[in-house]
Amino acid sequence: MSELAVPPVLSARNLVKHFPVRGRGMLRRKVGEVHAVCDVSLDIRAEETLALVGESGCGKSTTARLLLNLIRPTAGEVRYRGRDITRLSRRKMRPLRRDLQLVFQDPYASLDPRMTVFEIIAEPLRVHGQFPYGGREAVRELMATVGLDPEHRNRYPHEFSGGQRQRVGVARALALRPKVLILDEPVSALDVSIQAGVINLLEDLQEELGLAYLFVSHDLSVVRHIADRVAVMYLGKIVEVGDVGSVFEAPAHPYTQALLSAIPVPDPRRERRRRRVILAGDVPSAVEPPSGCRFRTRCPKFENELSTIRRRRCIDEVPELKYRYSGTEVACHYAAVSTVL
Amino acid sequence: MAEPIPSILDADALAAAERGQWRLVLRRFLRHRLAVASLVLFLLVIVFAFIGPLVWKWDHLLHREIPSLASPSADHPFGTTRAGNDVLAQVMRGTQQSLKVALTVAVLATGIGSVWGAVAGFYRGWIDTLMMRIVDVIFVIPFLAVAASLSGAVRGGVTWFHIAVILGLVGWMGTARVVRAMVLSVREQEFIEAARAVGASDPRIIFRHLVPNTTGVIIVAATLEVATAILAEAGLSFVGLGIQPPDTSLGLLISSATSAAFTRPWLFYFPGVFIIVICLTVNFIGDGLRDALDPRQTMVRR
Repeated sequence: MSELAVPPVLSARNLVKHFPVRGRGMLRRKVGEVHAVCDVSLDIRAEETLALVGESGCGKSTTARLLLNLIRPTAGEVRYRGRDITRLSRRKMRPLRRDLQLVFQDPYASLDPRMTVFEIIAEPLRVHGQFPYGGREAVRELMATVGLDPEHRNRYPHEFSGGQRQRVGVARALALRPKVLILDEPVSALDVSIQAGVINLLEDLQEELGLAYLFVSHDLSVVRHIADRVAVMYLGKIVEVGDVGSVFEAPAHPYTQALLSAIPVPDPRRERRRRRVILAGDVPSAVEPPSGCRFRTRCPKFENELSTIRRRRCIDEVPELKYRYSGTEVACHYAAVSTVL
Repeated sequence: MAEPIPSILDADALAAAERGQWRLVLRRFLRHRLAVASLVLFLLVIVFAFIGPLVWKWDHLLHREIPSLASPSADHPFGTTRAGNDVLAQVMRGTQQSLKVALTVAVLATGIGSVWGAVAGFYRGWIDTLMMRIVDVIFVIPFLAVAASLSGAVRGGVTWFHIAVILGLVGWMGTARVVRAMVLSVREQEFIEAARAVGASDPRIIFRHLVPNTTGVIIVAATLEVATAILAEAGLSFVGLGIQPPDTSLGLLISSATSAAFTRPWLFYFPGVFIIVICLTVNFIGDGLRDALDPRQTMVRR
């Protein structure tokens, strides 16, 4: 899969996660399954940022939690440095938690309102028994690293602004000196001006500490700025993966093209001349995803360009994610590069 | 890179930086006027109950010199009983016993109840079902029957401590239910997942995250428990299973004076007023504590 010889730090192979949908009543019988994540494979290499993009509800956050073994996958495996972590018990998982950390989307909900910022940042150190060895200084340093005033350590989360809280979240995630940081929409709850500050902080930290990032986002402009590689998800499946340049300049999957065409271009004349790909309809239910290609129900290509015979293939056959004469790996039977930016 | 820290906070920040959390709690508590007044009154009641008997000339026992059924006077400010007890001394002793029972019950019941509820709510599933069905079963058994059989089993006479333990053991279910309900909502919040993501153990999540975030309901439950315990003790004493004469408690004093409420009101109203004062002050103190322990409370005087 990878064109580089560098082995990935964290990789997912054929991850599947189905959530049961239970009926009402006493027995709460299982009446269906939400196919949240379906056959997802990813590689995160050291010191690299892989962005995972897609619209709300497509399984990005579930994938992030699967990678951290916070929820158990229905099938598939996650390898950290070659070792499958999905079957590990919580006790065996604990030492690995030091290396894999998570930054949450909502800085308002992800910090315990009853703890001071000091306690929040010190918690990972305490959990892993590192606090007695210079924990106090470590917390001070971490706060300074993320641009918070260490004098504010006795304050509570609600006394901080959104951007400052997200910095607290980052400091907490960094406390154990992780190798991989999974950022679950770390800036989407913040104002644009504050986003820039946090993004720059993340980039500086990556450079200083040699972190690998999985950057989950639905904001493509941010992704273009920060990512090295991009994976596009639709309804629990990855539809296109590639270098940030290839994906943005030469997207081959109709869904990627649609997503990219929605990015505003800060030039009115170009903006007017652009081809817009507008998707019809809603995301289909993940309880009963469409057969074959999951995107076909909204695919402009399926709708307008394909003959009935060629459509058959989209309906019957699940497209595989592979190189198809473009710079990226695409899961589309009729992939064709089209520039939309 | 760093967003500017609001300058209004700066002066304030330097002062607040080194201030301990407990001093903040104390400061917030002191702003709650009703709670502070209640605390003062409650402390006076404690002094009255524990120091009073040491300085007052009568004790709560029978004395030949005490006139029968005298109305309040300088010699007997709360009057006397038919048999010849000084009511002031009885109320002192009664308050002391009732307070000891009530506070022990509150600590015990709240302790058991909140741990039980937090564990059930945290694990959910069959553990929750099992634990809460046990609660239901204990709820259905009339507490008087349990208390009667337990106090019957105590060898060598029932003391206030036995009563307190018995009441504590049968009185924690309400707290458990309330705490469980609260934990069910708190456990779904993201900071619990954040704790899991750093590898925190279950006990750590329960005691460091869930319980602190339910202190509001726990304190309310505890203050209610104080009031219930005083009344329950009175009930037990009334049927002859609680504290027995010659010792006395507020509940016992009231129950033995019910028939005299209109004819000799001092027998009924003095202990009654003390029960009300204890229950009310404890409730207001609880209110103040709940607000003081919540870091999100603003420092507005009320």
